[in-house]
Amino acid sequence: MRFTLRIWRQKNAQDPGRFETYEVDGISPNTSFLEMLDVLNERLIKEGKEPVAFDHDCREGICGSCGLFINGRAHGPLPNITTCRLYMRHFRDGETITIEPFRAKPFPVIRDLVVDRSALDRIIQAGGYISVNAGSAPDANAIPIPKPVADRAFDYATCIGCGACVAACKNASAMLFTAAKVAHLALLPQGQPERRQRVQKMVAQMDLEGFGHCSNTGACAVECPAKIPLTAIAQLQRDFIWAHFTPDPYAR
Amino acid sequence: MSFTENWGKSCGTTVGLPATPKGSRRPLQQVRELRERFWREVRVPGTGAEFNQNLEKALRVADFLELGELMIVDAYHREESCGCHLREEYQTPEGEALRRDEEYAYVAAWEWAGENEPPILHKEPLQFEFVKPTVRSYK
Ligand code: SF4
Ligand code: FES
Repeated sequence: MRFTLRIWRQKNAQDPGRFETYEVDGISPNTSFLEMLDVLNERLIKEGKEPVAFDHDCREGICGSCGLFINGRAHGPLPNITTCRLYMRHFRDGETITIEPFRAKPFPVIRDLVVDRSALDRIIQAGGYISVNAGSAPDANAIPIPKPVADRAFDYATCIGCGACVAACKNASAMLFTAAKVAHLALLPQGQPERRQRVQKMVAQMDLEGFGHCSNTGACAVECPAKIPLTAIAQLQRDFIWAHFTPDPYAR
Repeated sequence: MSFTENWGKSCGTTVGLPATPKGSRRPLQQVRELRERFWREVRVPGTGAEFNQNLEKALRVADFLELGELMIVDAYHREESCGCHLREEYQTPEGEALRRDEEYAYVAAWEWAGENEPPILHKEPLQFEFVKPTVRSYK
């Protein structure tokens, strides 16, 4: 297959950046999107040109590091997958493909298609953590959790932190990401003691980082590779209001 | 051909399984030449003063070649067979792996002694207090 690629090139955060056009040919339909970029990069290196920087790690949809905005959509034209699981057979032969970084003010471009997503890490950190020796795993039946609740908590826990929800959102809101983390812990007994503080601190950090507010368009859930449902956001909203209006029995 | 492909060709057939003493000297020579060529000829786009994924990859290849050389040195110094790590000149008359516990019941920890210096061997003896090592038999 043959493709024309319009790729965003930007030397660093200060550089205004621009699109550059490249042709790739002889690409097998079963080549993954990232492998297609590898092919291009190998050629650019051989030609003595600067290869395109892009993030990737596991290449199997679990780490959340690959994040490209392809033809105007986070992670490309298919819903609910990561860029690394997108294949060239999902495009038309001869198609022009536009590739951009995930765009949001809290995600500054580091180089080309690589953005700094550490704002998401800071939201997690704001939720609180402890460093103690927790000993060996407790008996599985020591804390009973109804199966449907455990399943739902696990569904929320599958967020891989890719940031596609932010890139897909017209408000650059990180609500789906934050909500997935909040809802996961809010459902479990182990998450109760700090439940009120956690939601308040994480939402405050989300605002501080400059993410926009949620206006319930749901673009995030369409692109989310972990299929985090919008009910996570409902849970976050509920917890946030509840935390505000009820006394915290754990407060010092 | 890339440096990693070259390295695979040097090692795969000769220090793989089973290894022969004649075979394992050759890849050592080849890997040394390859390392030397790597530092002379490698071309890394960009500079070290910016975000550079290619520099990161080049450093990994450098580590990979260095470790590859050490693995060959280690394989060659161990003059015995051990399970699947069979050296053709150390086998019983029946063709089973011949272990030499009197000489090699240790873990080899190698210390870097500087560029182009042979690494220093530190032996960490394997001491068995309760279970004594025996020869595995599939018969
Ligand atoms: S909620 Fe979905 S889209 Fe957002 S960071 Fe998590 S996995 Fe990615
Ligand atoms: S590279 Fe890990 S999710 Fe795509």
